[in-house]
Amino acid sequence: MVTVEDYVARIEGTCGKDKDVIVIFKYDKKDEVVAKILKKAKVEKSISGVIFELTFKGVSFRLYGTGKAIFRNLKDKSELQNVLIDLLL
Amino acid sequence: MLDPYKIREDFPILKRKINNYPLIYFDNAATSQKPRQVIEAIKNFYENHNANVHRAIHTLSQEASELYENAHEEVAKLINANGMEEIIFVRGTTEAINLVAYAWGLRNLRKSDEVLVSLMEHHSNIVPWEFLSKTNGFNVKYVDVNSDGTLNYEDFENKIFDKTKIVCVSHVSNVSGVVNDVERLAKVAHEHGALILVDGAQSVPHLTVDVKDLDVDFLAFSGHKMLGPTGIGVLYGKREILEKMEPFHGGGEMIREVSFNLTTKRCSITWNDLPWKFEAGTPNISGGIGLMEAVKYLREIGMENVQSHECMLTKYALQHMQECQKIRIYGPKDASVKCGIIPFGVDDLSSHDVALFLDNYGIMVRSGFHCAQPLHEIFKLKSSARVSFYVYNVCEEIDRFIEVLKGIE
Repeated sequence: MVTVEDYVARIEGTCGKDKDVIVIFKYDKKDEVVAKILKKAKVEKSISGVIFELTFKGVSFRLYGTGKAIFRNLKDKSELQNVLIDLLL
Repeated sequence: MLDPYKIREDFPILKRKINNYPLIYFDNAATSQKPRQVIEAIKNFYENHNANVHRAIHTLSQEASELYENAHEEVAKLINANGMEEIIFVRGTTEAINLVAYAWGLRNLRKSDEVLVSLMEHHSNIVPWEFLSKTNGFNVKYVDVNSDGTLNYEDFENKIFDKTKIVCVSHVSNVSGVVNDVERLAKVAHEHGALILVDGAQSVPHLTVDVKDLDVDFLAFSGHKMLGPTGIGVLYGKREILEKMEPFHGGGEMIREVSFNLTTKRCSITWNDLPWKFEAGTPNISGGIGLMEAVKYLREIGMENVQSHECMLTKYALQHMQECQKIRIYGPKDASVKCGIIPFGVDDLSSHDVALFLDNYGIMVRSGFHCAQPLHEIFKLKSSARVSFYVYNVCEEIDRFIEVLKGIE
């Protein structure tokens, strides 16, 4: 059975005043992940086709072409987990 | 003048591509890349000389000991210390500062005393003092930073007094690249009977640092930021001060004798000579040897050439970054008051957006607080992006960096 862990390499807090969360997707899955997310989430803005500002089920985040995403204002870890499940599986 | 194109040939990693773009490494303030001479020295040690140092009489141990001791001597020459007795190998700058805090501060700082720290410090020169103050009850006072990121010397002179026992300041800010006038600070500190500890993590790799000219009591720096391996760093201390200090860690190597007294049923211990008194346990031998090779490499280039090359790159980058309307440069824009570090932001993007945007094009920069949150609070910044240069960086890389930033739409 495919799980979120099959796509995610690491999850880290970003450094800075804003306590955002960065999700780093597995390198060999990054193209698949970017395609899946862009299909499901709403693209609010694209910056040079490299950074995509997205919303999905009330959560706003930025996806990068290199297979990383920064999630802002998450309530807790379980909210992130649920969003990733809905986006990736 | 140094030839950065020739130097680049010594760095295997610079041939790498990231996301199909040639690697541009602008995160040198975090750690530098390693030349093949350093990589080979470590490999050669493990392939041909590996043994534990000191107290063995076999050939390999003698060879390892000689290499490890030579490494101390090479570092001493680089900073013009009196000899290897004044050079203690540690894990890095953080451990060097903690060594001073605990081996000196724990026994010398009392409730009525003060420690004077600048607000531009890396957390490694703040946390140990705040931490120790909880035990010893002394006060930690902070020296202000001006709005342009330079140190407020007037505030320093106003805050230092006869109860100030140690001044803790970085030689070069790891955020803004500002170079502090350490000679001036040391003079004032000594006039008040205080010691001065300098965080040289961002200066020793990039400038000519002479501990006698600066007249500092302690100088802490890391090997990995100066072409050496990770896990090795240096604490320089004036011999007369180190002699009076008690050890930091206890164990093998740092003792001369551990004698069991049959009457008291206790052990009495005498310490080893400097610098081994402060190097308990089996040291990072290969790290020390790698650092020696890095020091030789830098000495061969010439620290004055390292400095002038980075100054040229900084001027060039500042000039071109200022031409880009979206870029906001934080801290001084005058290259003559700083080293090769430039913190910046891009309109409408967070520092992490900037770092990840550049990463897409193979350009490595750092984003966040850079372990200096108080300075960011003074600048009223949530975080910053930072470029930092070294001997192998070239103007064409800066051109590419600007070109990529200009492409943000």
